[in-house]
Amino acid sequence: MPSKDIEMNNHSNVTAKKPGKTFDWRNYIVYFAFAGVLIYFSLTLFDEGFLTSNNMLNIARQSAMITIMAVAMTFVISTGEIDLSVGSITALSALTAALALQAGMGLIGGLVVGLGTGLAVGLINGLLITKAAIPSFLVTLGMMGIVKGLAMWITNTAPVPIVDSTFNFMFGSGDLGPIPILLIWTIIAAIIGHVLLRKTAFGRQTLATGGNESAAKFSGIKTGKIKLLVFTGTGLAAGFAGILYAGRMHAGRFTFGEGDELSVIAAVILGGTALSGGVGTVIGTVIGSLMMGVINNGLIIMGLDVSQQQIVRGLIIILAVAFGRKTIKK
Amino acid sequence: MEQPILSMENISKSFNGITVLDSVNFSLNKGEVHALMGGNGAGKSTLMKTLTGVYEADSGEIHIDGKKVSIKNMQDARDNYISMIFQEFSLIPTLTVAENIFLTRESRSSLGFLNDKEGVEKTKGLLQELEVDIDPNDVVESLGVGYWQMTEIAKALSQEAKILIMDEPSSSLTKKETEVLFSFIDKLKRRGISIIYISHRMDEIFKICDRVTILRDGKNVVTEKIKDIGLDTVIQHIVGAEMDKAFEWKERSYSMDSTPVLEVKNLSSGTKVNDISFKIFPGEILGVAGLMGSGRSEMARSIFGIDSRDSGKVLVNGEERTIKNPIDAVKSGLALIPEDRRMQGLILEHSVKDNMILPILSKLKKGLFLDESKADELADQLVKKLNIKTDNIFKTTSLLSGGNQQKIVLAKWLASDPDVLILDEPTIGVDIGAKTEIIDIVRELADNGKAILVISSELPELLAISDRVIVMHEGEMVKELKRKEINTEEELQHAIQGY
Repeated sequence: MPSKDIEMNNHSNVTAKKPGKTFDWRNYIVYFAFAGVLIYFSLTLFDEGFLTSNNMLNIARQSAMITIMAVAMTFVISTGEIDLSVGSITALSALTAALALQAGMGLIGGLVVGLGTGLAVGLINGLLITKAAIPSFLVTLGMMGIVKGLAMWITNTAPVPIVDSTFNFMFGSGDLGPIPILLIWTIIAAIIGHVLLRKTAFGRQTLATGGNESAAKFSGIKTGKIKLLVFTGTGLAAGFAGILYAGRMHAGRFTFGEGDELSVIAAVILGGTALSGGVGTVIGTVIGSLMMGVINNGLIIMGLDVSQQQIVRGLIIILAVAFGRKTIKK
Repeated sequence: MEQPILSMENISKSFNGITVLDSVNFSLNKGEVHALMGGNGAGKSTLMKTLTGVYEADSGEIHIDGKKVSIKNMQDARDNYISMIFQEFSLIPTLTVAENIFLTRESRSSLGFLNDKEGVEKTKGLLQELEVDIDPNDVVESLGVGYWQMTEIAKALSQEAKILIMDEPSSSLTKKETEVLFSFIDKLKRRGISIIYISHRMDEIFKICDRVTILRDGKNVVTEKIKDIGLDTVIQHIVGAEMDKAFEWKERSYSMDSTPVLEVKNLSSGTKVNDISFKIFPGEILGVAGLMGSGRSEMARSIFGIDSRDSGKVLVNGEERTIKNPIDAVKSGLALIPEDRRMQGLILEHSVKDNMILPILSKLKKGLFLDESKADELADQLVKKLNIKTDNIFKTTSLLSGGNQQKIVLAKWLASDPDVLILDEPTIGVDIGAKTEIIDIVRELADNGKAILVISSELPELLAISDRVIVMHEGEMVKELKRKEINTEEELQHAIQGY
């Protein structure tokens, strides 16, 4: 029987040689998509000034907070978990930082209080998920509401102005020469995230935890500790994003970061990190986030109104993920 | 004689007063492949778990290289050069081969960053030494299952393991891959690695093992050099003398002249089901025997439309049926009770009643709504009929014992009153009392004219329940035996092993 012969050959191939590595373009979908979107807007919106350095830097400014949070979210999603509370944390952190500045605690004081707020919420998330074994989706969904409520409560929904011009310059509004400070913070966050994920034992153990948790435990990895750390990480990153919002707007406001959790998660998934865990890339995440920034910017220049923008953005996310990498279920 | 690298002396272990290991001795020489054999529940895996630190023995001593050691956890086992090779569970599928092998033991630069180059180099050397052609940078999930195992062995060797425990290592491999594994085991032997080889496959044992130790009911039966022991003796030792009373066979009468309830003609599906044909008559119980991986479950899955069929026909009550998915199968009067009842057979968070009525919801309607009182009545009847031990029909299924859960799976399909019932390992993980009850229920169903197909690895059970037995081997039906013609379990065991 000829079919049987072919089968036998297949088997001997499998065993005699390693399966050939093939280039899978799916793994790089976000880069193609990003290039495609850039080229499209450059051509169609050239006269409107899309390609000017001014507009490019604008995009960098607009996507900075999302990118920084998405870098940290890459770790959470790589472990197979999710954090929905980041948007609310930015609001609370912006407010606590602004209040600390108002109370005369100084620049360092404001920074510490803002970051500490994010870190504390992240830590509580992590403890509830690892010690109380509550699914991260539920913990952070609940925390999203709690933290938002706290942010509205502490100033009775009133904004808190920030008059410290050094703070505003360093954390949001300033430019170093032509380069916006926000871009510098973004680059620092991306480098730290990339090195942590690719070059440290912590990063490797994060991916292992998401790849197969029981095997990771068997290999001697404290998966609970890893999860605690990644949630503390998103809390901290969201706290920092809150400080940047505050510095950019010269105030703390409870409306900061509204809906950011979805943009952040979308950026991570667009970048090629698997929602099921085990596969993660910080560079992909950064590109994913920039791509969304470019799309937003392009659509605004095109003159689409907010409702149309939302529809187009949603479509692009679904398409990119649909064509993107096959996530393998555990 | 040289000193054994491992000797386990008078190991005893009991759980809740039930003795599982009773003064068991086991020794392993350097560079030896030592088969550990025994039926289900003989104590093989418990013995190995005391060696890998999963359990602690109640009494007895373990010596490695002549020194007494205490193994309380997996780290202790590793420190004593012992490594268990799992099929696939201890690798991270999304990481590369090198990353997996050196996971948590990565070499670091002076700044504390990972230095993967060194791991890749070491892995390359290790794989070369073992003559395995894998790229250290390949992601594990992109490799065949056979390579997972080799990666795992390489990982164990990189941790300087000297004693490897392999539990049914060939069960998920193709024939060709198994051959590669065997030559690999040969290389390991030459390197002085000692291997404890657990398998039910006699041909493998006789091919690659140096000695065999057989356990039965938690006791040593025999330890012998492979070349000094025959297949018959091995089978006899595994089976033991007395057959359990609970598994007594009763001859049943039915007619083989009428139209068969189920007829399968030339069924082929994938690589594991090849040209299978058989008939089951009203009131008949057909047993399917064969080793793990012989294609038994795959055959059932393909009859039931879960796996697609390459060729072949399925006739129910003489009429050809198109079965492309389980819904077609149920409509044609078939019911399949899968092996993994927790995963596939029950919704554990739901109540006993909700599970039972799931397949017949449409028959229990009163107008638009579910007729609850009728459903309650039916569930109550089934609980009584199958002697299911539950406080009431509203109890959550997960709170019941394994045997009672299995009875609920049975009840579920009894309610839908199928013509053909396919049972895959119906008593796996069920206590002996429930086992006999389930056997009786199946017999009663057959007495009511149903056709029943039973797949089982437990030969005593298969012999107790079947009227006829077909034997599968590597996807093909190699034998068909009338139950009357089978005198002993050994005979069936022979047929299964292909001798």
